[in-house]
Amino acid sequence: MARSGNASPKNRTRPVYIVDGSRTPFLKFRGKPNAFSAADMGVAAGRQLLLRMPFEPDALDQVIFGCAGPAADEANIARIIALRLGCGNRVPAWSVQRNCGSGMQALDCGLHDIQAGRSELVLAGGTEAMSRAPLLFDPRFVEWLADFNRAKTALAKAKQLGRLRPGMLKPVVALLKGLTDPVSGMSMGQTAENIAWRFGITRNEMDQYACRSHQRLAQAQDDDLLTELEPLHGPDGRAYDMDDGVRRESTVDDLGRLKPVFEKPYGKVTAGNSAQVTDGACAVMLASEEAVEKHGLPVLARIVDSEWAGLDPAQMGLGPVHAVTPMLRRHRFALGSIDYWELNEAFAAQVLACTAAWRDRSYCREQLGLSKPWGDIDPDRLNVDGGGISLGHPVGTSGARITLHLAHVLRRFGGRRGVATQCIGGGQGGAMLIENPEASA
Amino acid sequence: MSGTKLQHCTIERDSDGIAWVTLDVQGEAANSLSTEVLKELEAALDELDSGDRPKGIVFQSGKSGFIAGANVQELGAIENATEADALIERGQRVMDRIEAMTAPTVALIRGFCLGGGLELALACRYRVADRDPSTRLGLPEVRLGIHPGFGGTVRLPDLIGAPAALDLMLSGRTLEGRAAQRMGLVDFALSPWQLVDATRDLIRRDPGRHRPKWWQRLAGTLPGRYALKPIMQRQVKQSARAEHYPAPYAMLDLWVRHGGESAPSRIKAERTSLTRLIDGPTAGNLIRVFLLQDRLKREARSSDVVVPNRVHVIGAGTMGGDIAAWLALNGCRVTLFDEHDKAVASTLKRARSLFQKRLKRPERVTAALDRLTPDPRNRGVEGADIIIEAIVENLDAKQGLFRSLEPRMREDAILATNTSSLPLEQLAEGLQQPGRLIGLHFFNPVAKMPLVEIVAGEHSDATNLDRGQALIASADKLPLRVKSAPGFLVNRVLMPYMIRAAELYAKGTQRESLDEAAKRFGMPMGPLELADAVGLDVCVAAVDVMAEPLGLEVPASMRSMVDNGTLGRKSGRGFYVYDNKGKPDRGRISLEPAELDRLGQDLIKPLLDEAERTRDEGIVADGDLVDAGTIFGTGFAPFTGGPLHYREQHSGQRG
Repeated sequence: MARSGNASPKNRTRPVYIVDGSRTPFLKFRGKPNAFSAADMGVAAGRQLLLRMPFEPDALDQVIFGCAGPAADEANIARIIALRLGCGNRVPAWSVQRNCGSGMQALDCGLHDIQAGRSELVLAGGTEAMSRAPLLFDPRFVEWLADFNRAKTALAKAKQLGRLRPGMLKPVVALLKGLTDPVSGMSMGQTAENIAWRFGITRNEMDQYACRSHQRLAQAQDDDLLTELEPLHGPDGRAYDMDDGVRRESTVDDLGRLKPVFEKPYGKVTAGNSAQVTDGACAVMLASEEAVEKHGLPVLARIVDSEWAGLDPAQMGLGPVHAVTPMLRRHRFALGSIDYWELNEAFAAQVLACTAAWRDRSYCREQLGLSKPWGDIDPDRLNVDGGGISLGHPVGTSGARITLHLAHVLRRFGGRRGVATQCIGGGQGGAMLIENPEASA
Repeated sequence: MSGTKLQHCTIERDSDGIAWVTLDVQGEAANSLSTEVLKELEAALDELDSGDRPKGIVFQSGKSGFIAGANVQELGAIENATEADALIERGQRVMDRIEAMTAPTVALIRGFCLGGGLELALACRYRVADRDPSTRLGLPEVRLGIHPGFGGTVRLPDLIGAPAALDLMLSGRTLEGRAAQRMGLVDFALSPWQLVDATRDLIRRDPGRHRPKWWQRLAGTLPGRYALKPIMQRQVKQSARAEHYPAPYAMLDLWVRHGGESAPSRIKAERTSLTRLIDGPTAGNLIRVFLLQDRLKREARSSDVVVPNRVHVIGAGTMGGDIAAWLALNGCRVTLFDEHDKAVASTLKRARSLFQKRLKRPERVTAALDRLTPDPRNRGVEGADIIIEAIVENLDAKQGLFRSLEPRMREDAILATNTSSLPLEQLAEGLQQPGRLIGLHFFNPVAKMPLVEIVAGEHSDATNLDRGQALIASADKLPLRVKSAPGFLVNRVLMPYMIRAAELYAKGTQRESLDEAAKRFGMPMGPLELADAVGLDVCVAAVDVMAEPLGLEVPASMRSMVDNGTLGRKSGRGFYVYDNKGKPDRGRISLEPAELDRLGQDLIKPLLDEAERTRDEGIVADGDLVDAGTIFGTGFAPFTGGPLHYREQHSGQRG
């Protein structure tokens, strides 16, 4: 095995490998809950992955899953997934929540435990069933109900009944709550509008970007390039074998006719140039060098480094800029040192704003501490097979998906280094630097 | 604690003065109430009656189950009414004595509590059961052609009321602890760690034996009994003919006629009725069938092998899909491959409804579904302990498949085929290790048919056959070793009978009469309705395989039906015409009973002849197994004890 000479300069630790990974098709939310719970999908992705492994599921040291919004009966969803995968009672499991960064956080936790020598084999990933986000009672209704139950006499009950107002019966959509930053009070779409304005991204640029995302995904589907995708089989007797959010026919003109959803009437961010609300899961097998040798595992990529950063929640879309810059700089890499990029598509505006920020002299100087603009990312090396806009963005899953897919992209093109990065609601960014050992000198 | 140790049970007295009687029959996997064990229980009761009277008495088991019932082996060996009467009398005496104990008595029930075991529990003042689903309570005697005889027909109605009691005894079904508690059959169904506390508490409080509600008691009055009789009788008639299965009718009669009498005289009537049943032919034959079933399971267990657990099934058609689902239901980790994703998906849908029906609780359904992994990329091959092939019946296709699989399989993995028509010797051609190929011939519908033929080809390795057999037994099916010969056992004995029916039909015998004649004989279905259900094309293909070696011929009429697309129920038209709900256009039976009886004999003769030939050719190890395979594989009238047994018993009347 080719060892990399590029281990973190600060900290020479045990190498950590991505052995393999699987994901479910991403299923778009079409107004009612899809057939699978988040745990169901985590199990579906995990068992296809484990089927390819030469060891039994109980050989794992731990299972870590990210999930931003598990259902009420999915507390510690990673443990549920581990047990349902047949890992047995003795494999511990824990769940992580870093909002849209949950899936990448799971990988990062596995990375750290393997580096530290606490684990050899970790199943890590993310899962999200956004279509199953619950409808909640209005807090006023909950209070009313409590008073009604406390009322002893028929008269008191009748009185309380008189206090019920129709407005109190309107359900609260948990999904919308989750996609709103409670500190700034802004929805995620509004933060995208904010940074689009900051860097002068036009509506047309956004729609062009979105259109290309769909075209790239369609091409990748046609050419069978989504290696990590495994069909899902539903209790409804249906086989789901493709990401179903892709719009093959939609043109920039079509997209241009959509109305803004977050800031009416002058906003630029539409349903068409935002990530779709989608369900899906992704599972990744991480291994130490010892585990690779012991079980004779293949190696897909090596995780070189990772980074997390915080920034103003109102500009959360720029998170990747703040996570990637310090990570690359400590390896003395420039943007151009990276062969392929996966920058999670939460919003077309946000992806374009990130690349614009690195070109922007004042942003680089004031926010990133760089003396001059850092440079450009070749659009042909960024999100080459589409992203959240065409695939959908199951929030807890995407971080794991882009990292895994990037590993396959590096293999496909013989690229050496790749960065997977994403913005995170609440004002954070996450990034992972991976390397294709085959391409290392 | 002070204790007494007998051979099969121990009595321990704790510091509260409670005597714990623990039954643990030596040399047996499960407790059963043989004469020897009953004698020892009498000795234990003597001991409890002497000296210091205990404050309470608890009956429990030292094994994983409570008591599985009477000793069926012993029942089967009973030769005359006197022997039967003596056994029943002893059992009844033991139960009467338990009931008469002055101290409160409790049966502490974990695992199987069936037949005589439940009758012992019924004789106790209280019953406490584990709520785990492995605990089952019931009086299944009717399945052996008899009815409860240790006071069960008396004490069960007295405890829970006649309607519920009769339902349990007539159907022979078993209950989980919680269902038993709802019925009043047990006082508590609890988590295992609560059982001892509950037992002590019942003894301390001694609240009195459970009584049925007033309206449940109403059914036991004379008018109640006569009002219920016709309703119950109708129910029984639906599942059993009186001339074939007298036990449920006897049970009902016992209750209607003696239900109002004093307990001792009812218990005496129970004994008289049961003695008569044991002395009759049906009970003996059904006990024989039970023992044959036991033999099939035992022979699979005795082989000292590692039972395969990781199963890879190739082909998600009706058979492949149902095999995969059945094995997953029974604890195997299954991967299922098919080129068509839709087939896999529809299997999963079928599997879910099967699991929901069998397992009920959602977490168990999910666990079973998680054991059934759809495998669209065929990756399960490498890790499998056994690969079961259920693709199209085509020699080239199967050979090609096997050749592609073998290099990927583990060195010790078994390759199994579900073929019903292709010779294993030919299928094994081209394999590096022909010994790894065995046949596992399941029947359709998989979930309902108890038998699986374990087919030994000329090259099949003995260990692989043992392992296949063990897998089938562990998956709650009855494995039967058969030689690789056209039609194996089941299809071979079945087809001549169906051909005969088709010939008679072609010659003008009424189809309804043909089917009724077979059912009068005791077949679960008539031959023509069976052919329609299986599919005429499938029947013709099955006969074609045997045609040459066995000198069989498909009736021309049947072949032309297939050529015309008249395939049976699936095409809406076969011997019958089916409406869109699948209901056949069945008409009135035109023949008289005596004619039907003659017709039944005529129909069944080719089956009996063929059964004899399979025995003579050694298709299975002996004649008993021919009977077992025919009963469990075709549903052949169980009360006859099997085709060979039937012919032997009726040989005097032949000609």
